[in-house]
This record gives sequence, structure tokens and C-alpha cells, in this order.
Amino acid sequence: MRKTCLNEVYKLAKRDERVVFIGSDIGTGTLDNFRQEFPERFFMEGVSEGHLIGMMTGLAMNGKIPYLNTIATFLTRRCYEQVLLDAGLHRQPIRIIGSGGGTVYAPLGPTHLATEDIAILRAIPYMTVIVPCDAEEMKRLMPQTLDYPDPIYIRLAKGGDPIVSDPSKPFQIGKAIPLREGSDVLLVSTGITTRLALEAADILAKQGVSTSVLHIHTIKPLDEDKLRESMRAVKVIISIEEHTIMGGLGSAVAEVLAETGFNQPKKFSRLAFPDIFLEEYGSQDTSMKRFGITSENAVEKAMTLLNS
Amino acid sequence: MGINNILKPLDAISLQQRKQILQILKKTGRGHIGSAFSLLEIVRVLYDDILKYDPNHCEWPERDRFILSKGHGCLGLYIQLARKGFFAEDELWRVSEDGAMLGGHPEYGRVPGIEASTGSLGHGLPIGIGIALSARLDKKDFRTFVLIGDGECNEGTIWEAALSASKHKLSNLIVMVDYNKFQCYGPALEVQNLEPLADKWQSFGFEVQEVDGHNVDALLMVFKSLPFTDDKPNLIICHTIKGKGISELENNPSWHHKSRVPETEITRLINLLDSEHEKNLLK
Repeated sequence: MRKTCLNEVYKLAKRDERVVFIGSDIGTGTLDNFRQEFPERFFMEGVSEGHLIGMMTGLAMNGKIPYLNTIATFLTRRCYEQVLLDAGLHRQPIRIIGSGGGTVYAPLGPTHLATEDIAILRAIPYMTVIVPCDAEEMKRLMPQTLDYPDPIYIRLAKGGDPIVSDPSKPFQIGKAIPLREGSDVLLVSTGITTRLALEAADILAKQGVSTSVLHIHTIKPLDEDKLRESMRAVKVIISIEEHTIMGGLGSAVAEVLAETGFNQPKKFSRLAFPDIFLEEYGSQDTSMKRFGITSENAVEKAMTLLNS
Repeated sequence: MGINNILKPLDAISLQQRKQILQILKKTGRGHIGSAFSLLEIVRVLYDDILKYDPNHCEWPERDRFILSKGHGCLGLYIQLARKGFFAEDELWRVSEDGAMLGGHPEYGRVPGIEASTGSLGHGLPIGIGIALSARLDKKDFRTFVLIGDGECNEGTIWEAALSASKHKLSNLIVMVDYNKFQCYGPALEVQNLEPLADKWQSFGFEVQEVDGHNVDALLMVFKSLPFTDDKPNLIICHTIKGKGISELENNPSWHHKSRVPETEITRLINLLDSEHEKNLLK
């Protein structure tokens, strides 16, 4: 997904000279083609994320469209005030591409896990938060980032993630994509958890449970209309995310649910990491399984709520 | 090391501008007076004789950019912008009021002539570096001036930015340190010693000059000699006095920021400013 994303940045740079790439001391050889063809617009800078967000803001103020890539934790936690005050308050079109969102870096431990990035970034006015589900969706997203007026955070997954997005469904920043339509259960997902939602929907279908899947690639601005419409039809709603339970997708869904007056009462549950530091090593897969962020658990939760 | 502040009396403009700041304080009852007095001549000389700008066309792409990274000194900047016609002087008398255009820190997009929203320290210089880089990319010859505080030099992003500016050889970037040697709590020497400050900036790759930051002629001379070299960013250490102009305020950290100052106290300070100035003229 990262390779696709950065290749798209290169393609954008070829067609638009406003595009600038900034890396914060990332892997050697990254975007070599960009560096060779447009050396003046390629900046491989030191490990200085706070400074870099400010620098990008200054570039954007003078008409550039800067894309910055490094590890997600360092682009969200380390320089939060710069993202908020420089990019947000000045409302500049900078693009922050966070590698290893969620628990991709599980083997490296808690300093490298971005499991609260969505919560903290969606609290910033004008910030757009996007979590694509696979590389094909990334290809559809990136051209739209060129002229988008506000700052954007793009959370990258591990890479090589199975393709689950549907090319026949148009992609638009800020518009949720219904991937399944059903009348009993709604599974709301983002990023790679959309694959889990689709798997869970297949299992539920075999058990005679009609299930919707709503893929929310853009968590902010949230497509509240589509979310409400999807919630209206069902009895049970479950959110699935690779993120802490505090303030992410599940919270965003809960906010809409709580403030919408549905005629029919809804049952709701959130699959997410608990409010603790994830201090066990292992893999992204084992981290998610440890805390029940799985298609099997989504099915179990759905059945429990349907029958309660 | 450094330059002793010359005991030269303030000229008529500097005296009048300090009075104006005190009169704003009379209306608002609060402000960073010590900092505004400290940086006053630096911004005055920039707006009088150095910067290219058009107050009727704030977005003019060729304009020089000035960023007050130590945003709390904004009263010193606001009065220059009003004087130069960026906005009506009436705005000065409403600073921080409900619905006012001007606040306790400068705001981009809200105040004509303000190039960056500052107030949280350590932000203006990285933004200025981005602007200077964009000038280079676009082959434009405008310059970017960033005024930072000595207390602000405690922030890590200042030094991250310094490394970056010298890496990119930004000779179109001019950083000025308002070196009044007093922070919010007390003397910089005690809170966080920056010495040897000139050596630090030199070792970070800047071409450094030092100047008496209240001497209008000396400031003009150093600004006119820019760029100091063709392949390094420029750094000017402006030796200043916090609260310059009224001995009670000078080097007095309790005047870093004042709130709820009674009108009678302001009137007394204005009189003191005048009487001390007259005494200095007789020396």
C-alpha cells in the first residue's frame, strides 16, 4: 500500500509541478525515480517531524502541495501541535502519509504503534482523516488529494493486504462506500478491518443473517448521511477498527447513533483495542486476535446482540 | 560576548510608539509590554526601510515575508502595520475585545499583513523555512524574515529548523533573535543559559552578526548588508532590553506580561517614559 501510495505521489508530481515530496529520514531508495527526475522537489530531511510539518505549511502557503511520509506514530503524536496549529489553524493543503498505521509494527513494540492516531487527528478542525482498505483503493484516492483544499492524514496499512475494495463503486473523499446491503446487522469498518467485516458478513449470511457492510475510508469528515441511512435498516450495529476504543471509528459511529432519533431501537457494540498500552510483541494479526478484532468475534457479537 | 546597548536616547518615533503601546494597554488592561518594547526598533526599521510590501495588496506574491515567531510581542508589530495602512488604527484600541480583529497573538488569515499565526513558541521559523524554500523553487527573489525570542531558543524545533536552513543554504532567510536576556520567569542565564549564542548559531551553519537592537541606524546598516553570504542563512543577534524605555520595566520579568493594569498606573508610566526620556536627552 505504501509503495502504491508513493508511486501515486510520483505520478502526481509528473503532472503537476506544485507537488513536493518530503521524507523524514525514511528507507533508502524511497522514490528514487522522483528524486532523479525532480530533485528540486524531493526533500529527504532529518528526523525532525515537528519542524517538517511547519516547513510543509510554509511551502503550502506559497502554492505547493507537499506530501510527507514517515512512520505514523511520529507524524501524529510527536508533532501533534504542529499538525494542529501549523497545518490545521492555517488550513493548508499538506498531506501526511503515515506508514504502519495501527499495529503494523507490533514486533517493534508500543513506541511504534499508531493506535490513537485517528482519535487525536479527528479532533483537529479542517483535518481530513482517510484510512484506505487496500492498494487499489489507494490508487483511486491519491488523484483526489491533488486539489483537495484541506490538510489530509492518510493511514497506511502493512502492504500486500488482500484487495477487498470494489472498483465498480466510485471513490470520493468523504463518502462512505456500502459494500453489502442487509436488513439485520450493519458492520461499519475502516482500513483493513473492512476485510474482516466482509468475511463476517459472509459467515452471517450462511447463518441466515442479512448483513450490511459500510466501508468508511474517510473518518473525518464523516459521511453521516450514509451512516444514518445504513443504520436505519438494521437492528444491530457493530464497528470494527484497528484502533483504541477511545475516540476512533467506533466513537464517531456512536456519536451519530446517539444523536439520531431512530424509531426502532438499535443494539451497538465496538470492536477495538481496549484503553491500555499494547505491550505484547508478535504481529499485527496476533495483536488484533488477542483483543478480538476478528471476523469471528464480529459474528459472535452480532449473534449475541441479535438474540438478546 | 555581544554589544553593549548604547545609552542613546530613543528618538521621537520610538518614544511615540512606546506611548501608543501603553495607551493600548490602557484600553485592554493586558499585554506583553516588556516584549513589545524589546522588539520595537527591530520591526520598525524593517517596515520603514527594509521590507517590500503593499498594504493594499497583502497577498502580493513578490512581497517580503515577516513572521513574528515570538507572537506575544505582537503589540510592537500591530502598531507598525496600522501605521503602514494594513488596517485602520481604530483596531488598535480594541485588541482582545470580543469581536476584535486583533488579539493577544497574531493571526494569519484574520489580520492583514500577518504571515503566520504564532503564540506557541517554535513554530514561526519552520514555517519561514518552508516559505523561503518555496521562493527558491519558484525562482522568486523575495526574502523571509523571522523574529524569534531568546526564550524561544529553548524550543527544540528552533534547532531542528536551524539544521534544515543551513542544509538548504537559505541565504534568502533572515532570522533575528530578540536577545533581551530575560524570559518569563527571570534572567535567561538562570532559566536556560543560551551562551555562547553566536557560536551556537555559527556552528549550526548560519552567518551571524550582532547589533544593538534599539539603535535604529545600526539596525538599518546590518539589514542593508544582507545577505551576509550567498550560501548560508543569516542570523542577527539583536541585543535588546526587555521593557526598554522605562527603567521600572527594564529587565523586570514581572512586566513580561501584565494584566488588570489600572488606568492610573498606565498614566503614571506614560509620564515616567516622558520624564526619563527628557533626562536622557540632557545627559
